[in-house]
Amino acid sequence: MREVKTSLRCGLGAFLLTSLVGLAPARAADLTLNAIFMQQAAYSEDDVRSMTRDFEAGHPGVKVALEFVPYEALHDKIVTAAAAGNGYDVALFDVVWTAEFAQRHFLKDETAAIPAADTAAVFDGAWSTVTYDGKRYGMPWILDTKYLFYNKDLLRQAGFDHPPATWSELASQAKAIKAKGLVQYPIVWSWSQAEAAICDYTTLVAAYGGDFLKAGKPDFQNGGGLEALEYMKGSLKDGITNPNSREYLEEDVRKVFSNGDAAFALNWTYMYAMANDPKESKVVGKVGVAPAPGVAGKSSVSAVNGSMGLGVAGSSAHDKEAFAYIAYLTSKAVQDKYAKLSLPIWKASYDDPAVAKGQEELIAAAKVALPVMFPRPMIPSYQRLSTTLQSAIQSALFTDTTPKDALEDAAAQAARIR
Amino acid sequence: MRRDGSSFETWLLLGPALLVLAAITLYPLVRTLWTSFTDAQLGGGPASFVGLDNYLFALKDPGFRAALLRTLYFTLLSVGLEALIGVGTALLLQERFPGRTFVRVLVILPWAVPNIVNALMWRLILNPEFGSFNALLLQTGIIGQYRSWLGDPAIALSMVAIVDAWKNFPLVAFIVLAALQSVPTDLYEAARLDGAGPMARFLNVTLPHILPSLLVILALRAIEAFRVFDIVYVMTRGGPADATKTVSFLVYQQYFSFLDAGTGAAYAVVIALLSSILILAHLRAMRREGSH
Repeated sequence: MREVKTSLRCGLGAFLLTSLVGLAPARAADLTLNAIFMQQAAYSEDDVRSMTRDFEAGHPGVKVALEFVPYEALHDKIVTAAAAGNGYDVALFDVVWTAEFAQRHFLKDETAAIPAADTAAVFDGAWSTVTYDGKRYGMPWILDTKYLFYNKDLLRQAGFDHPPATWSELASQAKAIKAKGLVQYPIVWSWSQAEAAICDYTTLVAAYGGDFLKAGKPDFQNGGGLEALEYMKGSLKDGITNPNSREYLEEDVRKVFSNGDAAFALNWTYMYAMANDPKESKVVGKVGVAPAPGVAGKSSVSAVNGSMGLGVAGSSAHDKEAFAYIAYLTSKAVQDKYAKLSLPIWKASYDDPAVAKGQEELIAAAKVALPVMFPRPMIPSYQRLSTTLQSAIQSALFTDTTPKDALEDAAAQAARIR
Repeated sequence: MRRDGSSFETWLLLGPALLVLAAITLYPLVRTLWTSFTDAQLGGGPASFVGLDNYLFALKDPGFRAALLRTLYFTLLSVGLEALIGVGTALLLQERFPGRTFVRVLVILPWAVPNIVNALMWRLILNPEFGSFNALLLQTGIIGQYRSWLGDPAIALSMVAIVDAWKNFPLVAFIVLAALQSVPTDLYEAARLDGAGPMARFLNVTLPHILPSLLVILALRAIEAFRVFDIVYVMTRGGPADATKTVSFLVYQQYFSFLDAGTGAAYAVVIALLSSILILAHLRAMRREGSH
């Protein structure tokens, strides 16, 4: 009985205390922005936390609650929250979701909030990341494409003093490296049944001068789109591609390359810094980076637009503060300061010695690759198209299905997408 | 006490529970049913009635049929393994040996591991380059070189089913163990006197006693396995080459990746109808155990 009384008294005390707190006048400090980011590639979680702390210090009264999820969960988290109507204030979104999010009002139109002077100062490829139907749905933040990383030591041991300029030269260098027994599988990719596979495929489609859609109809089953998948399947058959690539995401690629088990790897900007970090890598100082190769007569280099933007969620009640946070994160000063894992969207940054310091090779590759970034289709039903293509690519890579049959089957399915 | 007086009281007392049930079960069920007859989109405009369109699409979709077959295979393999390993473990734990209590606690551990943690853990164990499963098989000479387990479309689904069975067999083992303890020991003595060997004793004495409980738990596990989602989401995300795309994963994809709520709801209703067959089997097994 005494116990009951005590707990009753405690409960009452707690109740009074909470009511008192509730009665205290609401201070401006109560404003909290909810922001969602991703866990892998580009800026690290630590980087984002430290940028956010600096922003909060400069904006008393505004706090930012951060959430980090794997890229593979980011889209679904944003749409679930948006459909429930109590979503985030600030969201990191991928270039391939812009059309869908804009059409469904998951993001706010920020065209008016962006200073006109920014237009010329930022890369066009960056702007296209956040643009749908002529309107801008936020600021580009992560300006990224897949580069060709190579192990300089392995190339030298095989007698090559330069990275391959074309995909066929890459294949012949890889065969030589394999023949010398330097590594079992010279090339590693991220061909898991996920968006990552589409990014690698897109790089090759760009190199072979292909198209995803022509006049709104699927065209990846013809010409460059078909040659791209044939190259992928051929490299598996020749034993120069690591067969486990078919279950790898970008982080797996980084681990294999950093372990010295691959001569070539296709990956995002962030791998350059991490493969040169002694805590993470056994190939420090041997990492070469170049734009992804081209195809003779069709392209000199190739690149996929893998950029991401920051936008204000459609349901946010704090537009002004949310955009101020985005403007801060995407500002030239902040991007220049954290330019090791992700390169700035600002053209002027690439001629700034402070930004280039220690990563001159990466900056040189970026200057060539960024202006020619090839887009994946910017259509509202992209997710469906991508899922169909992922299945087709995997079935060609795993089974006897020819690339032609797999892609034609995917095209027939994609034609039905509304 | 008069009957109608108590009836009012009964409803009064049941009321709150019924309200909660209606809010968390009945409402979503009716809402999903309604959605399945519309072209509703997540975050899209107002939905309009499309009749049986979504159901016709689902029935004609070869992807859905393939996913159904995969889900059936997964359910049979996972529940089959749980039955075999579960009963075997229960028989062992029933024997007297030193440290029996400790081993009983140890056996329950996999079941206590959360689903997501279990899936993540096994993804590491099955990693093709540095997974300990490869190391174990190589060192014991069972395989000649490291191989891929979750990246091979021929075996990925079986591997996921085995991982699911590893997590859930303790539940079966403990239900069966409880049933074993209620078997009268004099039956075994009588059987021995009649000259029955171990196998005959198991078939004629043990099995009839544990069968009702076993059927209940297996039906329950089959219902759960049929709805499998989380372990697939974490381990393979439906790959490689669609090999692990189960029906629940398909629903998830329609809803949250494609934002097509109408089609997703139709798939979900079909799955619910199919599960209800399993649920009926479960209820029948329960009744049989009750009458036993």
